[in-house]
Amino acid sequence: MKNKIYSFLVHLELIIMAILVLVPIIWIVLSAFNPGNGLATSSLIPQSLTLDNFRRLFVETNYGLWFLNSMSIAVLNAILSVILILITAWIMSRFKFKGKKASLMTILLLSMFPTFLSMAALYTLYLNLGLLDKPIALVIIYVAGAIPYNVWLVKGYLDGLPKEIDEAAYIDGCSYFTTFRKIILPLSKPIITYCAVSQFMMPWMDYIMPNFLLSSDTSKTLAVGLYGLITGHENTNFTMFAAGSLIIAVPITILFIVFQKNLAQGIAAGANKE
Amino acid sequence: MKKKVCSVILSSIFWGSGQFFISKKKIRGLLFFGAQVLMLAIELLTGYWFNWFAGQIDYFDIGIYGGYFTKGLWGLITLGTTPGVGGDHSTLLLINGIITLIVLMAFAGVYVWNIHDAYKLGKQLDEKGIVILPPGNIQRRKAFPYLALFPVGVIIALIVFMPIVFSVLTAFTNYDANHMPPAHLVRWVGFQNIVKLFSVPIWSKTFFSVLIWTIVWTVCATFSTYILGLFQALLLNSRYVKHRKIFQAIYILPWAIPGMISLLVFRNLLNGQFGPLNQFLMDIHLIKQRIPFLTDPTIAKISVIMVNLWLGFPQFMVMLLGIMSNQDTNLYEAAEIDGANKFQVFAYIKLPLLTLATAPLIVMNLAGNFNAFGSIYFLTNGGPTNPSYQFAGDTDILISWIYKLTLDQRMYSMAAVMNILIFIFIAVVSVWNFRRTNAFKEI
Repeated sequence: MKNKIYSFLVHLELIIMAILVLVPIIWIVLSAFNPGNGLATSSLIPQSLTLDNFRRLFVETNYGLWFLNSMSIAVLNAILSVILILITAWIMSRFKFKGKKASLMTILLLSMFPTFLSMAALYTLYLNLGLLDKPIALVIIYVAGAIPYNVWLVKGYLDGLPKEIDEAAYIDGCSYFTTFRKIILPLSKPIITYCAVSQFMMPWMDYIMPNFLLSSDTSKTLAVGLYGLITGHENTNFTMFAAGSLIIAVPITILFIVFQKNLAQGIAAGANKE
Repeated sequence: MKKKVCSVILSSIFWGSGQFFISKKKIRGLLFFGAQVLMLAIELLTGYWFNWFAGQIDYFDIGIYGGYFTKGLWGLITLGTTPGVGGDHSTLLLINGIITLIVLMAFAGVYVWNIHDAYKLGKQLDEKGIVILPPGNIQRRKAFPYLALFPVGVIIALIVFMPIVFSVLTAFTNYDANHMPPAHLVRWVGFQNIVKLFSVPIWSKTFFSVLIWTIVWTVCATFSTYILGLFQALLLNSRYVKHRKIFQAIYILPWAIPGMISLLVFRNLLNGQFGPLNQFLMDIHLIKQRIPFLTDPTIAKISVIMVNLWLGFPQFMVMLLGIMSNQDTNLYEAAEIDGANKFQVFAYIKLPLLTLATAPLIVMNLAGNFNAFGSIYFLTNGGPTNPSYQFAGDTDILISWIYKLTLDQRMYSMAAVMNILIFIFIAVVSVWNFRRTNAFKEI
C-alpha cells in the first residue's frame, strides 16, 4: 500500500513536470500551423491547421538565404575549427618545447574573455579589411574564438591516450603526419565529434556577432533574421516566426539528441579539464 | 677577451654575427641576420626615410613619413592629429598600433633568442674549444612545434588577443558617440572613465544595482537549476518509476532545443498584452487582471529565473544521472546495514558525493550565467527600463548592459571599463576553479 502511494506521487510529479516542459513546445509547434497572423489572433489551440505560414516565410522574407548563410557558416566553422584545434592540441600534448606552459596559460586566460566584448575592435578591423557584411568574417571570429577553450579540452583528452603508441609508430618509421593521421585521429574520434557538433550548432543561434557585423538583409543569419521577425511585430509575424523556428529547431534538436552522449561528456570534460 | 663576451657584443649589434664570425656557424648566423634585415627593410621601405636622408623632406613628420613601426607607435601614442575624412582615423591607428606592438614584440623575442644563442655558443667555444651543434634532424624536430603552431598563433594574436588589448585600452580613451572617427579624434584620458564610473552618482548607482542583480541572478539561476535537476534525477532513479526512458527523453527537450528559440517563445508566451498564458489564466478565472510577467520589475526578475529553470535543469539532470549510474552502491548498503535511515544515507553520503562530483560543473555554470546575455536579452531586453538607471533596465545584467552601452549608446569607453571588471571577475573565479584540478600541475 505504502509503495503504491509512493509510486503514485512520484509519477504525479513526473507527469506534471512533463506537462510543464511540453506545453511551450506544443504551443509553438501548433502556432506554426495556426491560420492567424499575430500573437493575439492566434488561439492557444488552433481551430484549423494550415501550411500558409511556411509559404509566407519563404515568399515574404529572405528565410531561404538566411538559412543558407547560417548553414555555410556552420559547416565551415565546424571543419576549420576542428582542424586547427586538433593540430594545436596534439602539439601541446605530445611535444616538449620552450614556452609551452606560457602559451597554454595565455590561451587559458584568453578563453575567459567573452568574444563579443571585443566587437568594437573587430568591427573596426573588418571595416579596414573590407570584410564587413561577409559571412566569412564570422567564420574567422568563431574559429579563432573556439581555439583557446577547445585546445585545453582536446589536449586533456589526448593526454589520456598512452604515448607509447605513437612512440612505437615513430620507431617503425612513421612521420609526424602519418602518426597523426593513422593513430591520433582514429583514437580521438569522440572528442572530435564533440568539437565538430558543438561548433556546428553554435553559429545557428549566435545573435550578437552577426547582428553587429552583417548589416544587409541578404547576408543575415537565421538568428538575426528570426529575432528581427518577431521583435515589435508580435501581431503580424508571430505565426511566421513560429514556422521559421520550427524549421530550424527540429533538425538541431534531433542532432543534439543523436549526439547527446558526446555533448554531455564534452561538457563534463570541459568542467573538469581532466 | 672571452669569446662569449665577444660573441654577445657582436650579435647584439648585428644579429647573428657572433654566431657567424666567432663560432663559425654560418647558416645560423645568417638566419638571425636575415630577421634583422627583414625588420629594417619593413621600416625603411614602408616609410620615406630615404627621401629624408637625401634631404628632400625638411620637417620629418612621423605620422606622414614614418615607416611601419614608427608610424604604428606614433599612432598608438597620439591617436592621430588631423581630424576629419582624409585625416587620421583614431581607432584604426589604435588597432594598427597594437598590431605593430605585437610584431615588434615578436622581433624582440628573436633578438633575445639571438643573444642567448650567441652566449651559449661562445661559452661552448671557451670551455671546449669547439662548437658542436646537435645533428640536423634533431634541430628540425625542435623547430617543428614552433612552425606548426605559427599560423594558429597569428590568428589568435590578431582575432582574439588584439581585440582584448584594444578593449582594455579603450577604457582609457574618450571613444564614444561624440568622438566617432573619422570625423573626430579620440584622445587618451587616463583613468577618467574609471573615476567617472565610481564618482558620478548615476553611473555608480546603475553599476552597483546592476552588479547586485547580476550576482543574485547568477546564484539563483545556477542553484535553482541544480536543485531541480538533482530532484528530477533522483526521482527518475527511484525504483517506483516505470517508463523511465520516456520521461527522460521529454525532460531533455529544453536542453536540446536551441536556447534562443525557447527564450523568444517564452517572450511571447508571457507577453503581458497578448500572451496566451495570461489569456488562459483569465479564462479559467484564476486571475482578473493580466499579470505583467515581463514588464513589472519584480515579476520580470522572477520570470527570468523561472524561464531559466525550464531551460537549464535538464543539463544538471543528465549529468547527475550519469554520475549516479557510475556510483558504487556498496557505500549506501553498508550505511543501511549500520542502521542509517534513508534520509541519513541521502543527506550524509549521497548528496555530498554528488555535489563533490558536480562541483566543477556548478562553477562553470556560475561563470556562464554571470555572462548569460541571451537569457536576459531575448526574454526581456533587459526591461522594464528603469529611469533612474543609466541606460539599463531592471533585469539587465552587466553583460547586457554593456551590450546596450556599446550598440545603442556607443559609449565604447565606459563599456570597456566594465569589460575589464567582468574579465577580472571571471578570470579570478576560473583560475581558482582551475587550480584545484590536476590539469594545472600536469602541464
